[in-house]
Parts: sequence; C-alpha cells; structure tokens
Amino acid sequence: MTRLRAVFVAFALSVTVLPAALRADRDAVTTFELDNGMQVVVVEDNRAPVVQHMVWYRAGSADEPVGSSGVAHILEHLLFKATDTLADGELSATVAANGGRDNAFTSYDYTAYFQRVAADRLELMMRMEADRMRNIRFTEQNVATERNVIIEERNQRTENNPRALFGEQMNAAQYLNHRYGMPIIGWMHEIESLDKADALGFYNTFYYPNNAILVVSGDVDPDEVKRLAETYYGVIPANPDLPERVRSEEPPQNAERRVIFRDARVAQEYVSRSYLAPERDPGDQEAAAALTLLAEVLGGGQTSYMTEKLQFDEQKAVFSGAYYRGTSLDDTTFDVVIVPVPGLSLQEAEDAVDDVLAQFLIDGVDAEQLERIKYQLRASEIYQRDDVDRIARRYGAAMAVGLGVEDIQAWPDILQAVTAGDIMDAARSVLNRDASVTGWLTRPATAQEVSQ
Amino acid sequence: MTRFMMALILSFAAALPVRAEVQIEEVVSPGGITAWLVREPSIPFLALELRFRGGASLDAPGKRGAINLMTGLLEEGAGDLDARAFARAQESLAASFGYDIGDDALSVSAKFLTENRDEAVELLRKSIVAPSFEPAALERVREQVLTGLRSDAKDPDEIARRTFDAMAYGDHPYATPYEGTIESVAALSRDDMLAAHKAVFARDRLYVGATGDITPEELGPLLDALLGALPDNGAPMPTEAPVLIEGGTTVVPFETPQSVAIFGQRGIAQDDPDFFAANVLNQVLGAGGFESRLMTEVREKRGLTYGVYSYLVPQDYAETVQGQVASANDRIAEAVSVIREEWARAAEEGITPEELDAAKTYITGAYPLRFDGNGPIARIMVGMQMLGLPIDYIATRNDKVEAVTLEDVRRVAGELLDPEGLHFVVVGQPEGLESSVAN
Repeated sequence: MTRLRAVFVAFALSVTVLPAALRADRDAVTTFELDNGMQVVVVEDNRAPVVQHMVWYRAGSADEPVGSSGVAHILEHLLFKATDTLADGELSATVAANGGRDNAFTSYDYTAYFQRVAADRLELMMRMEADRMRNIRFTEQNVATERNVIIEERNQRTENNPRALFGEQMNAAQYLNHRYGMPIIGWMHEIESLDKADALGFYNTFYYPNNAILVVSGDVDPDEVKRLAETYYGVIPANPDLPERVRSEEPPQNAERRVIFRDARVAQEYVSRSYLAPERDPGDQEAAAALTLLAEVLGGGQTSYMTEKLQFDEQKAVFSGAYYRGTSLDDTTFDVVIVPVPGLSLQEAEDAVDDVLAQFLIDGVDAEQLERIKYQLRASEIYQRDDVDRIARRYGAAMAVGLGVEDIQAWPDILQAVTAGDIMDAARSVLNRDASVTGWLTRPATAQEVSQ
Repeated sequence: MTRFMMALILSFAAALPVRAEVQIEEVVSPGGITAWLVREPSIPFLALELRFRGGASLDAPGKRGAINLMTGLLEEGAGDLDARAFARAQESLAASFGYDIGDDALSVSAKFLTENRDEAVELLRKSIVAPSFEPAALERVREQVLTGLRSDAKDPDEIARRTFDAMAYGDHPYATPYEGTIESVAALSRDDMLAAHKAVFARDRLYVGATGDITPEELGPLLDALLGALPDNGAPMPTEAPVLIEGGTTVVPFETPQSVAIFGQRGIAQDDPDFFAANVLNQVLGAGGFESRLMTEVREKRGLTYGVYSYLVPQDYAETVQGQVASANDRIAEAVSVIREEWARAAEEGITPEELDAAKTYITGAYPLRFDGNGPIARIMVGMQMLGLPIDYIATRNDKVEAVTLEDVRRVAGELLDPEGLHFVVVGQPEGLESSVAN
C-alpha cells in the first residue's frame, strides 16, 4: 500500500538499487582521466536530446572535521552563491532559463552537483560547474541566511519526524568511533555554529579536479565530452596536498547496544536492528555481493523469508524487511525491521524477528527463490538501459567511494556467482546479536496509556 | 540579475528549444480498445500504462476507502493464485506491476520483458479481471491501510491536507481522504471489494498508452487478451465539486517544532484557454526551482524555509491553486505574511517582461526533458488522452506557451490570484498566528 511504503521510504532508499552493469551498459560507457587527475565517465543514450551533467566530489559528511558536522552540506548549499563571473543564484537561474533543472546532494562519502538539460547546452553547464569548483565567493551574510535555511531543512526532515530522529540515534549508537555516526545534515547545535571559515576550509581542502568525478549521461558523444572536459575542467590545477581519506575506524563491537526512542508523535511503533557489515572494496566485492543477496532473500520482497514467516504464516508483522547498502567507503550496516500487528508488543516483535533469523540459519536458502532473484537482477540490466541517468548515478557513487570502473563492471557477474552457501556464510557472520544495535521506536508511557 | 546573465539568456533563447521527437500511433484492437503507441524496439521490454477514470471518487456512499483497499488487493491473489503464488509468478517473470489509486483515476503501470510477454500479460490480466479478494489477504491489507491511517493522523503534512480538503470541497469525495477513515475501513467487507471493482474497471473509462518493443499488430491482440473481458460500463462519474474555501487562516494545534502550512484558493481548469497563461504565472510565482518569487523572498532572502512552492491543481471535478511551506514555529508567521504579500503583488502587477521570457524558456525547454523513458512516455500519452488532446499535441504544445503575452498573464493574474480568498491551514504551534474562523 502506498501509505505504508511512504512511511518506509527511508528504508527503501537504503537498499542498493538492484545493481547491474550489463554487457550493453558496458558498451554505452566510456571512461577516461584528465591530466589533472579528474576522472570522467560518459554513458551514451542517443534516444532523446537530453543530457545529465554531474560532478561528484570525494568529500562527504564523514570527511568533516570533528565539531563541524553539517559543513559538507552547508557548503553544498553555498556552491549556488556567487563566483567571480556569476551572481548569487545565477547558475540555477541560467539552467532554468535554458529549460533545465539543477540540484545537488550530500551523503556520507560524497557530495554531487547535477544539471539535466537539453543536450546542446552541455558546454554552458560545464563552464559554470567548472567555475564554481575553485571560484566560489560566498559572504558571511550568505552563510548566515543559508544556515537558517538548513535549520529549517533539519526541522522538516528530522525534528518534525520521530522516525528520522530515531534513525539518527540508531546510527549514533552503531558507530562509536566513525563519522558515519553523525547525521549528514549535522547536529542542530553544530549547524548553528557553522561559519564562513568552516565552509571555506572544507572547500579548499576537497574541491579540486583530482578529487572529483565528472559523469555525463544522455545524448552525447564521448569525444566531444572529452574535448569540453579538457577545455573547462582540464585547466584547473590539481591539489597536490589532497589529504588521504583515512578515517577513524570502528573498534570491534563486543557489546550488544539498545536504543529506546520515545515520542508522543509516534503513530506506528516498530523495532529496528542494525549489524555492522563489510562494504564493497576494490577487487574484493564477494562478501558484499553475498550480503546484497542475503538482504533480498531474507527481506527483499513479497516472497522473502521474513515476509513469508512474519506476515503470512505467523501474522505478527504488518511489514518487515532487510536492507544492505554495500556502496560505502567504510564499514556499513545490515538492517532488519519489523512493524508489529496491533496487540503485539515490541518485545514480542523483537523476539519474533530473532526466532525467524535463527530459523533461517537452520533452513537455509530456497533454491528457487535465489534463482528468481538472480533472474530479476539480469532483467534489471535490460530495464535500466531505459534510464541512463541511473547508470550514471551508480558509477558516480561507486567511484566516489573508491571503487574502480572494473569493479563496477564486474559487480553483476559477482552477484550472479553468489551461491546459497555464500549467502549462509554471510548470514552466520553478520547476524550476530553481540555486535548489533536494537532500537525501539515507541510512545512515552503516559501517551501510550492514553491512546490504548 | 547581472548583465552577464541577460547576455546568456539572449544568446541561448536564440537557439530553438529542442523538440520532443515522439511518434505516436493510434492503435485500435480487433475488439475495439484504443491505445496510443510509441514503438521503441531498441530495448526488449514494453511499458504499458492503463488508466481508469473516476478512481477513488467512485466510492459508494458510506464506503469511503473501498476502492483504495480494493486496489491494494489486486496483487494479493488472482485467478488460481494466492498472494504468495502471485508474487512468485511475478518475480519469476521479472515483470513489474504497479497499481495506484488517486482521486481521479486508478492507474496500472506495467513493465515486462519481450521474452516472456505473453505470460506477463496473462498474469496482469488475472490481477485486473479476476482478483480473488481472499479473506486472509483482505485482513492483511486492511491492517496495512489502517497502519497508514494511524500514521497520517500524527503527520502534520497529512493533518494540514485533510483540514484544507474538508474546508474546500463540501460533501464531494474530494473533501475526505480516499484511504477512508479508521471506522469506514474497519467496516469494509469482501462484497464491498467486489462492488468497488465493478465500479472502477470498465471499458467506457479506459485509457491506454504503450511504449516499447512491440508492433501495432502485436499490441491489438495483447489488449484484447488483457482487457477484452471487462464490462462496458462502470459506476456513474462523480459530479463537479464546489470549491468552498474562503480567505483566512486556520491553525490546527500540534506539538512539533516546525509548523507546516498548506494554502490555496479557487483555480483554473486545464481546458481553460487561459491555462497556459496561468501556468506561466505560476512558474514565476512559485513553481519548483530556486528562482521563483516565493523561493527568492521566503528562502533565499530571508532563510525562513527550506522550500516553498505553489502549484495549479486542475483535478477532473474541481480546480484550485495551492501551495505549501514549512517554518519553525516562531518564523512561520513571517513566512505566511511574505507569501500573502507576493500573492497580492502578482495579482496587482502581473509579472515583468524578463520573468515572462525566463518562464517561457524554462517551460518550453523542460517539456522535451519529460520524455526520458518508456514508462514516462506511456504515462504522458495516457494523460493527453484523458484531457482530450489531439495526437499531434506534443508538436504544438510549446507554441501555445510561446503565444502567451505579458498582458495575458497580467489579466489572468488579476482574475486568478485573489489575496482576499487565500486560505492558510497551519499545523503546529505557530507564534503570532490564530484561526480567523472557527474550525
């Protein structure tokens, strides 16, 4: 049902989109590197006269200095301010005046900027995007206004939404020592203290061509993209002092952690569980592939193990699911969730999940189900040829976390090669309660009494 | 605006906006079903969009939520397959079937591979023509709907939406959420599902768009196999909804840090000759992007919100102009006041020549960008048919935008935007705002 799906959009988004670089996709993809170290990916689709132009920086919230959470994100907002040749807001206005749309997004491991516009406007997009890579000129006044905008963004996304506040606490509990424990948008008290020097410091550390990936998709010719990229991006000097991305890593987790979040605005209580899990690494993606399929087998859809048991057989869940996001620079998480049916307590729901997980370790993988999932993965290679912008985003995200083109192109075959035994090995290794965080999203005791 | 920017606009306005090059064929099946088709043989799959006009507004009296619940049950068992067998069959084919309900239509969005097209169509047929509405599935999906309704009751955006609709649309179905209420959904029976199915699915209200790897000769028989068994007629269509909302402010107290506001008033129909002028006006006032007047004044200059938007809402049975904004409880009053000022300024002055040009370039330039995949093209074609547009409309649509004059927009702004008639519903603990009328 759409309403319930909307409620769980946060989880849905954390699933790696059915990944696949197919043979045809490989044919459509051209990659090269500029002399200054900027990587370039071109994904061709000449069916419609449209282009998407993106620049990804290998700099996200997990690269922020301690005490400055949110600086990657406020900088993303400030990149729409003036440069030497553009006024405040002029880049977006120019894109719009050319019939296009532009925006940007910040994540843990990257920040990306993009425009979608008629294919013959690509040069203008590149000229403006290259300009703001090194020439942004925002003022203290810009920072003050944008800080207020972001406070409202945080109010809208997080403060007004108990599920988001709960997720933030879950993450903070999962990561004791790694910056993935900080919210991408930043803690409110740190957002309030961000200033021009903070934003410029981040900009002058990371915004260089040798820390960026250009991804162009649509009705373009790779040779022409190369010529334009050399003209506009190729002339920007690299930063020889670009810091290595070395982050404080998580220590081994040897204690189970629990989070209980109470909020009167909670309409639907649920239980969420996260386990620290390995991510895709260059040349070493097999464990992540097994976890990707484990999430599908266990809780990926209507015929998944958890859905069968918890929704159909035992009728203990209104909704259940398992999620894994392998495209990450450092250790990621494997998550399961259960929304109990009315009358079932959160403790009973949690017990039901633990029972099902234990039973899964005994039952193993259904061979027919695994074959259906692999067939769907192969089919997604066909469907996604209809959406080259998505292929482009997949390349951008993967390269921003350090994967190579060969890793991205090998991934579909690695997924197809995963066996039932690999999936069970992955399950045994990751589903360890002693290294997990279990969270309850619930109402305050008094409010609960009133409502029941 | 700097001089540099104007130079850019001029130089690029000189280049003609790209045209959407879409060749639409009308296909009439041997059994008499009409579809619009765009052939795209380069990728071996088909996107099929079916729409049944009427949608959730065809709920019978006292059965609010029946059509929504029925829609949720279509993929929960059909023909000889129970819910699990149906899901397994769909996964085995790697087909994707989406069933969506709205105030004005029920939509089916399907995507399936050429290599197993016949099996996919047969499975889709079962879900549309022969859903079983098993009691166990009914209870399971009912609980999902109730879960959604309980969430909505504590969601400030939903509370605002419901409050506005209840004030706006009198006793028309638009006045109440199509998901129904906890009470109405709890009371729905299997017979209600059968009645809801009969009300919605009929050939007299069917529109079809298809894009992908198929010929007209193949599409006709496919449509007959898929939809030929549907009855000719369903429930009578709803009547026009009155738009009753008057100017003012309604505050709905809700403990949360940020107030959420929906605002609106009477609007303009999509087949009105002035609709394109209204569209240009709305583009300047508050549609998308960072450069609208509302976004500039409320966000960019004052930092009062993360986003503020206005939009034309031309539904089948009522027209409104609406907008939304969210600001901290101590800042929402200022945001509301700035929006009211901009509404009045646009009503009085219209827009500037520069704004007219920028809006036209955007609207005409953005149009071809919508045709970016088989599914989107199929959906656009269904929308065109439902509006009664000619099959060659795509080629002429931008000319209609170009024909809008400054005087058109000024006149339409004066007629359409009514600062006295604009009503704000604010959910939260807004400081300095009070309800102007009892609610």
